[in-house]
Amino acid sequence: MSPSGGTPTDLRPYRPRISTWWWTRKRSYIVFVLRELSSVFIAWFVVFLVLLVYAIGQSEAAYRTFLDWASSPWVIALNVLSLVFVLLHTVTWFALTPQAMEVRIDDWKVPGFHILAGQYTGLVVVSLFVLWLVTL
Amino acid sequence: MTRRRITPLVWLMFSGGGVVAAVFLPILILVFGLAAPLGWIDPSYAHLRAVVGNPVTFVVLLGLFVLMLVHSAHRFRYTLYDGLQIKRRRTVAVLCYGAAVVGSVAAVLVLVSAL
Repeated sequence: MSPSGGTPTDLRPYRPRISTWWWTRKRSYIVFVLRELSSVFIAWFVVFLVLLVYAIGQSEAAYRTFLDWASSPWVIALNVLSLVFVLLHTVTWFALTPQAMEVRIDDWKVPGFHILAGQYTGLVVVSLFVLWLVTL
Repeated sequence: MTRRRITPLVWLMFSGGGVVAAVFLPILILVFGLAAPLGWIDPSYAHLRAVVGNPVTFVVLLGLFVLMLVHSAHRFRYTLYDGLQIKRRRTVAVLCYGAAVVGSVAAVLVLVSAL
């Protein structure tokens, strides 16, 4: 017997309704959703790279056609946007790493700053390597 | 049951993909998304053909593509759940991971064709 006098089947679980646009209310929420949206641009650029590899595998003419297509204004705009979102991903991902994992050397806990510096060093090394490999 | 067993693997690939995307993508977008199409640099075709045809490049690119696709699918799945409050969980998961699997298979075929 429930206190209100009704039968127990009247009871419904409380499910608060959350608006689709809940994340527009606060700056940090917006940054969170923008960060999560970087996934869309990562997927786009993987597709772009697969198309590039395909064109290179075909012939020089196919590669030139691909570059022509890639230089059209909407593709360039999309890639500029992708670069911005991927940089947001890089910065936030690096910033989260020291919080997600604890690095210990013997009894010494490696401070977050060192992990952060290590990651940016990795970014620079990889970037220089890719640049070297492409323009060799 | 199956879903429960696959969860740790997906999270692991999400992390791996997050790291390689953070480290490799900025320069790749800069070089191939902007500099080459806009003519800032003009790497020779023969050289690119040789790089793409190298087995080491094949392995590295395959790893990068698959990890980044799973990373992207996993994150987008939760963006739909939490960001846009879409509650058709099963459908969203199948569509996201399905797209990642299709993309990975396409990537394998393309990479093999360029060997």
